[in-house]
Amino acid sequence: MRKLDHTTIFFAIMGSFLFFFILIPIVNLMASANPGIIFENLQNQEVMGALFLSIYCALGATIIALLCGVPLAYILARHDFWGKGFVESVIDVPLVIPHTVTGIILLLVFNPGGIFGQPLSHIGLTFSDAIPGIIMAMLFASASFVVNSSREGFESVDPRMEKVARTLGSGSLKTFFIITLPLSVRNVVVGSIMCWARAISEFGAIVILAYYPTTAPVLIYRRFVDFGLQESIPVAVLLISVCLVLFLIVRLLISRWKTYDKD
Amino acid sequence: MIKIENLSRNWKEFQIDQVNLQIKTGEYFVILGPSGSGKTLLLELIAGMWPTDSGEIYVDNKNITDTPLEKRGVGFVYQNYMLFPHKTVFENISFGLNMKKVDKKEVKIRVNEMMKLLNIDHLAHRLPRTLSGGEQQRTALARALIINPKVLLMDEPLSALDRKTRNDLIRQMKELHQKFDITMVHVTHNFDEALALADRIAIMKDGRISQVGNSTEIFRHPADKFVADFVGVENIFEGFAKKDGERLTIIDTGKVFIYSTEPKKGPVHMTVRPEDIILSSKKVETSARNVFKGKITEIIDNGALIKLTVDIGEPIMVFLTRQSFIEMELNIGKDVWTYFKATAVHTF
Repeated sequence: MRKLDHTTIFFAIMGSFLFFFILIPIVNLMASANPGIIFENLQNQEVMGALFLSIYCALGATIIALLCGVPLAYILARHDFWGKGFVESVIDVPLVIPHTVTGIILLLVFNPGGIFGQPLSHIGLTFSDAIPGIIMAMLFASASFVVNSSREGFESVDPRMEKVARTLGSGSLKTFFIITLPLSVRNVVVGSIMCWARAISEFGAIVILAYYPTTAPVLIYRRFVDFGLQESIPVAVLLISVCLVLFLIVRLLISRWKTYDKD
Repeated sequence: MIKIENLSRNWKEFQIDQVNLQIKTGEYFVILGPSGSGKTLLLELIAGMWPTDSGEIYVDNKNITDTPLEKRGVGFVYQNYMLFPHKTVFENISFGLNMKKVDKKEVKIRVNEMMKLLNIDHLAHRLPRTLSGGEQQRTALARALIINPKVLLMDEPLSALDRKTRNDLIRQMKELHQKFDITMVHVTHNFDEALALADRIAIMKDGRISQVGNSTEIFRHPADKFVADFVGVENIFEGFAKKDGERLTIIDTGKVFIYSTEPKKGPVHMTVRPEDIILSSKKVETSARNVFKGKITEIIDNGALIKLTVDIGEPIMVFLTRQSFIEMELNIGKDVWTYFKATAVHTF
């Protein structure tokens, strides 16, 4: 057997604390849940409604993040311009501010009198305690995953390859869609799923901006406050299952999706 | 014809500075320079991959300075091929035709023809990563040539290949040049490649063109010391020139006096090509102006050719065939006579 030196053993012990600190509570939650009650909850309209609301709203947020985030990611990957660092920082800011603060920030601009809320109310969009509010809260918190992951993908495509495509008669937008995007699609998809999973998990901002209609994380919180731990566990198990499945897909995509330039 | 007038562009860390060039239609033109001389950037500027700061580019008398690159009709081949990794050899080559919306049947016929011409027809359905360097470069050439560009720009197309593949491709590129009757601009740092392929050569240094001419002109009459050093000219000496009679110039290197027929005055560089120097073990009668006795200080065996360094006051390099080297029974320390004509001495 390979001999391990003291440093490796010491570091492995220290590291394993963190590993088990995360793993054990999740496994414990899954194990403590009564399958019968979970099955019951699967037929409960309130629970399923909240779960699907989370999934759909997160999907909506992800689509918006893709439509705006992918072009931004491409600009950031290909161009240097004055203020680029500032743009990058702004995109990453939602990752470092508390989510309740995010909720307050958004409520200020999206309330019916706010700078976004007022003009948008003219076309019939309301945000506080409404689905658009949930989507906005999710978008704010998770869009950076799409931007950062896509950007990494675009940066891995040699710009000279795009230029060669253009000398062969392909316009710049067409080149993006038939050369650059297919070669970085794995990064875009991984970023989107991360964005989606993060959006489903959003609680802090939603609870302030749109407590109603109830999303799954809000439902868990409400059951916990109103009825205690036991009542919130089944919903928690269902929600974490959805997130873990999404996460598993990401891991599979990263490890199995063959890129063309590597064996 | 490609005409480049006062072309300049400043990247913060490098600049292409007032380049003027004329490349004739159907010419095989080589831009030769050390790495970092800006030759790739110049080629990319011609292709339209960067906007220019000033200057004009004309192809067949049409100003294309502001034409987007997909409309220039200029083909481009990179050193590391830049094949589309998600497309097969066939799909890579057919790319340009598909962009032009050429009929599917015709695409198939033309791509197959092109693959046959470049001996890659057996690779049609392979992905680029499974190909050797030579195969990838042939695919890249085929992809660029199939749209019949007026001009084919090639950036170090042979530099990543082994010697044998490179020689094969040099031969093939000569054939392609004739067959397609196309203007080719080839960038390289390798003088042998330039000698083998070029109708004319431009030497590039620090973003500027230092000399343009055919290979003989550049080899025999380098414009300055940089060009002489770069193309591997041997026997470069510094000296002071003054007139000596009607038609001769005498150059004092500090150690020897060398005659040249080129009129020069003041501090100069001079060179005499090793193959223009005659060597003998005895003093002989000759019309050569420059006659020096010296000792052999170094012998380098290059196979068919032997390179000798003879100390005539200055170390001078002489080439001998293996046959004459053996017949003359030369070795280090032996006294020999060197002769070369005043017309063989080039000053700059």
